[in-house]
Amino acid sequence: MHELSIAYSIVEIAGEEARKAEAISVSGIELDIGLLAGVEFDAFDFAWPEAIKNTVLENADRKINKIPGKAKCGRCGHVFDMQDYFELCPQCGAYENEVISGKELKIRSIDITKI
Amino acid sequence: MCSTCGCNQPDEAVTIKVPGEMDTEKSIHSHDHQHDHDHHHHGEGHDHTHHDHDHSHNHVIELERDILQKNDLLAERNRGYLEAKNIATLNMMSSPGSGKTTLLEETIRKIDKDIPTYVIEGDQQTMNDANRIASTGVKVVQVNTGKGCHLDSDMVHKAISKLEPEDNSLLFIENVGNLVCPSLFDLGEDKRVVIMSVTEGEDKPIKYPHMFQSADICVINKIDLLPYLKFDLEQAKEYVRQVNHHMEIIELSAQTGEGMDVWIAWLKKLVS
Repeated sequence: MHELSIAYSIVEIAGEEARKAEAISVSGIELDIGLLAGVEFDAFDFAWPEAIKNTVLENADRKINKIPGKAKCGRCGHVFDMQDYFELCPQCGAYENEVISGKELKIRSIDITKI
Repeated sequence: MCSTCGCNQPDEAVTIKVPGEMDTEKSIHSHDHQHDHDHHHHGEGHDHTHHDHDHSHNHVIELERDILQKNDLLAERNRGYLEAKNIATLNMMSSPGSGKTTLLEETIRKIDKDIPTYVIEGDQQTMNDANRIASTGVKVVQVNTGKGCHLDSDMVHKAISKLEPEDNSLLFIENVGNLVCPSLFDLGEDKRVVIMSVTEGEDKPIKYPHMFQSADICVINKIDLLPYLKFDLEQAKEYVRQVNHHMEIIELSAQTGEGMDVWIAWLKKLVS
């Protein structure tokens, strides 16, 4: 259940940034999570309420931008949507593929309230 | 963090010990802090919410911060320290029962006389693996993660401080037996090793693609058992390459010693 560690890291970063900005509360948080980042969304949703309890994110709306996986074929150069790492290039059948997006694991922004 | 409830209390369940060390730390997380489920007294300034438009303003702060940044930064510190001391470090990952500890024992027996070797053992509970490694004569530190499913760079940082490895040596970090969670966490290693054994299915690489994608080398262990199993070795290697075409593959049996020379040669190249 590394999703709990991830949720906890998010809480920690948001708390740090909210303090820096002298915010009195955080009303929203926007995350970029790639579909190849290794995050199980059901597990993440399960961990989230536990991780945010009694923290600045307790009442924050959470928005997740799920970034689709994309890969470039190392043999023919074709760029294609990749759901799983073991997929072959749909054009030439090669497996020498490099992932070009979908591994994101980022906090894009937080929405804070200041006095 | 407390992995039981997600609270901010430090996770006392994690212990870092050498074999024979007295258990002075609390190994069970004490839940004497209060979880206030009914009402919120914790002074987070809930009087002024974003609905309070007379006195407050809303701002969006663009962060673009990596969520695992803290782990990754500390991993880089570990890496810098280990590099400066010329300590080749391997993060050994696999499912439970693939033979990681046996592989380590046999590796130590073959290599420790040439290259000083150190081990950090990661398990949820018990000193069993550390005791096995200690009996080979090398220095070992056991990290018990409690309920944690993977090692992180902070645990490894603390374990290295306790281990005090000398320069020009080899450090094995045996991660918690798990093919999922450890794949996301950089510990500061040089190489990530994934071990699978022929008693598991040949489709492990495509069942756990994140782990196989994140590793540099795949050791296929227990090949002495191949005559008794339906395991398709060629298919397994094909799956490994499909997930990660950069991956090196070494087939061996830690038990009988078959193929161990290839593995030892690979390790020696890493240290030289």
